[in-house]
Amino acid sequence: MRVTLTVNGKPYSDDLEPRTLLAHYLRDTLNLTGTHVGCDTSNCGACTILMDGKAVKSCTILAVQADGSEITTIEGMANGGELHPIQQAFKENHGLQCGFCTPGMVMTAADILQNNPNPTEQEVRHGLEGNFCRCTGYHNIVKSVLHASELIK
Amino acid sequence: METYIGKPIKRREDNRFLTGKGRYTDDIKLPGMCHAAFVRSPYAHAKILRINTEAARNAEGVVTVFTAADGPGDFGVPCGWQVNFKNGDTMREPQHPLLAKDKVRHLGEPVAVVIAATMALARDAAELVEVDYEELPAVTNPQEAMAAGAPLVHDAWEDNAAFDWCIGNDRAEVEAALKDAYHVTELEFVNQRLAPNAIEPRSYIADYDVNADKWTLYSSTQNPHLIRLLLCAFALGIPEHKVRVVSYDVGGGFGSKIYHYTEEALLIWATKEIGRPVKWTADRSEAFLTDAHGRDHVVKSKMGFDKDGKIVAHLTDEYCAMGAYLSTFAPAIPTYLHGTLFQGLYTTPLIHLNVVAPFTHTVPVDAYRGAGRPEATYLIERLVSKAAKEMGIDPAEIRFKNFIPAFDGVKQPGYQTQVALQYDSGNYAPTLEKALEIVDYKGFRQEQAEARKQGKLLGIGISTWIEGCGIAPSAVVGALGARAGLYEVGHVRVQPTGKVTVFTGTHSHGQGHETVFAQFVADRLGIPIEDVDIAHGDTNEVAFGMGTYGSRSLAVGGSAIVKSIDKVLEKGAKIAAHKLEAAVEDIEYAQGKWTVKGTDKSISFGDVSLTAYVPHDYPEGLEPGLDFSSFYDPANFTFPFGTHIAIVEVNADTGKVTLKRFVAVDDVGNVMNPMIVDGQIHGGVVQGIGQALLEEVVYDDHGQMLTGSYMDYAMPRADDLPFIETDRTVTPCPHNPLGAKGAGEAGTIGATPAVVNAVVDALHHLGVDDIQMPLTPQRVWAAMQNVQR
Repeated sequence: MRVTLTVNGKPYSDDLEPRTLLAHYLRDTLNLTGTHVGCDTSNCGACTILMDGKAVKSCTILAVQADGSEITTIEGMANGGELHPIQQAFKENHGLQCGFCTPGMVMTAADILQNNPNPTEQEVRHGLEGNFCRCTGYHNIVKSVLHASELIK
Repeated sequence: METYIGKPIKRREDNRFLTGKGRYTDDIKLPGMCHAAFVRSPYAHAKILRINTEAARNAEGVVTVFTAADGPGDFGVPCGWQVNFKNGDTMREPQHPLLAKDKVRHLGEPVAVVIAATMALARDAAELVEVDYEELPAVTNPQEAMAAGAPLVHDAWEDNAAFDWCIGNDRAEVEAALKDAYHVTELEFVNQRLAPNAIEPRSYIADYDVNADKWTLYSSTQNPHLIRLLLCAFALGIPEHKVRVVSYDVGGGFGSKIYHYTEEALLIWATKEIGRPVKWTADRSEAFLTDAHGRDHVVKSKMGFDKDGKIVAHLTDEYCAMGAYLSTFAPAIPTYLHGTLFQGLYTTPLIHLNVVAPFTHTVPVDAYRGAGRPEATYLIERLVSKAAKEMGIDPAEIRFKNFIPAFDGVKQPGYQTQVALQYDSGNYAPTLEKALEIVDYKGFRQEQAEARKQGKLLGIGISTWIEGCGIAPSAVVGALGARAGLYEVGHVRVQPTGKVTVFTGTHSHGQGHETVFAQFVADRLGIPIEDVDIAHGDTNEVAFGMGTYGSRSLAVGGSAIVKSIDKVLEKGAKIAAHKLEAAVEDIEYAQGKWTVKGTDKSISFGDVSLTAYVPHDYPEGLEPGLDFSSFYDPANFTFPFGTHIAIVEVNADTGKVTLKRFVAVDDVGNVMNPMIVDGQIHGGVVQGIGQALLEEVVYDDHGQMLTGSYMDYAMPRADDLPFIETDRTVTPCPHNPLGAKGAGEAGTIGATPAVVNAVVDALHHLGVDDIQMPLTPQRVWAAMQNVQR
């Protein structure tokens, strides 16, 4: 099946097996390996991307369901060499260790802050509950998202 | 000049991870690469009657299908630690085949592998492999595995014991002291089985180059050199110099990526057979079934006290599961990494631990963050807190009464425990004092009493912990059964321009070595941190190494680098003295240059480096170059310690536990980067909280796993937790040049008993004195109902 979509501002059109998950399309066909796969039950959130501006777990949907949409992956967040404020906040607050959950955390954070530019700690924690991190205990991730909300202002 | 040690330097690793440019194994694609899918046993114990691979072989995109009959790896994957029976009999060591022959012994054991053009086609074809099994009875609980008539995991032996073991004082002496004790506290529980759950699943790519007759293994491993050694010398018998193991970025390990797994060896065997690179990445379901688990001890314990609350004796018997086969370090975990910590922080004069380690029809059990030490700490800290309740002593007070007095390991000797080890340095009371102050302990007790009047259940739990990390020296661990040395390699290559590349045999999978190691290297050399690069994870780059686990990287790996820096500076001084026309004794090194003492005559590190590589005007007889590699074998373990305090509220109607505060005051010796140490503590603490409140691998009576996905295995989430409050004291390690003790496992070791002690404290007035982990709402609620009846 043919899928035509925009990823990080660039148009793509590919013939795919209908069962191809969006996560695998991004990783295997487009070589955008920043989107990670950490589970097979859509619980871990490492594969989170923005689809038409909303956070979506890219292992939850088929690539063909993304036909016609605009996708942003972690590779599309920085502006050249300049980190996005959320990325900057993660770096300044040590919001990552092994880095594997990080792309999903950053994309989820983008969604949280888009909907609620001034979240409380509890709102950030609630917003992140669909993303697992095994390294940080979430402590510095929560701080990063709160700090990012300041940077974005 | 700017210095770096002790500062929260931001990580140089971060930009690549934050922009999606990390290089994890599954991100790598090689030309012609195909994909493997394993056919795994749906039974915990069964005879394999027949395997039919014909349909799979004929399926679309399939390259080949292998079973045990194709002869992969005659030897299986080895075990790296030997613990013999108490009576001297040799440890029972079954062959751990790469693909099961004749019999399967745990759910998920690989029976066949399908290799195909894509992952999806490989998985499709794996569905077509027909295996006829005859299911047999299984045993998964380690105590039941030792009962008469229990199903045998390995038919070669008359029972399931892999070994038994004991440590400490004479059992009869300990029993006699317990008999005479003023008070004896008893505890029976299961330290439940956990799944490590690094968020990156295991992933391997094997690539054979037929022209060079060489193999490359890309692996999500914590210790590439060790994998190469085990793979070459044991599993496959192939020449070590022809194998390169590469482990770039690894998405967390927590122990689970230390071990040499069957899939690694199988892929290396298969790539030569098919003449193409082959990749396998576990999905999460496979990770639950096949990554080595942690814990799983059945514990029965007694601790005796005198009338003042001083511990007089401690006796524990445990059954510790090994799983179906012996994983790489498995025998060491419930023994030398567990029993050796039974002294805790206390002056207990008599200690005896007896361990029986049976095979079970489960995936192997091995080190998971803390590895034996969380189990020891949980037991001791629960016993002490339970005893305090029973004896009417405050839980902080009973700890102060029993602490080993302060010793720095220099002026005062190390503390000789009853369980073989000698602690390096310790000053335990200040961590408890500080933690009590942070939580306002007296204030909390008043708040708790007030809350109780209103029916609110608040509790506070204390845990004072110690661990032994940086396991060494090699001669000692060898005597204890290790089949490897536990030194580390640090290679400092000064380039002609004075820029420095450091190659370390440790491996970073989240710990931030690229930043932390550069901090102390830059300080020791007096050069800007930007001039230092840290390389790891490639056996072709790094001479040798033992990898990263057991909180060893800085204490052992960092010290090896310091040795090489010392050699660089020693040789540099000879070159500098020659150039400055002075005696070596008359020059000194500081801030990146050698200076003739008392003069302004100096030469920079960069100029000396250049001279070393362009030796035109050069000391006679001195070799060119400035490049040193060192092996560092520590004199002893290091012993970090600390106090963790948890404050919880228990919902009286539902039993749900809410963690209100968590305070960790840890002493990990000298700190290179406080931001990174705090990060290690936060993560470790939350894994410890996970064990206390949420996590448990459950097998049913048939050996089926009931918790094989994130839908069933409860991992801590952001909204389960408060911020973790951290503070520290600093007691340097006296025997390594950095004074560092290690911080990786501290959080996990200290946190679990603090949380459970807090919940029991909240419910003690209702008559609850223990609850089995994890403290799910159902279990807490049931505990309250049982005593209220």
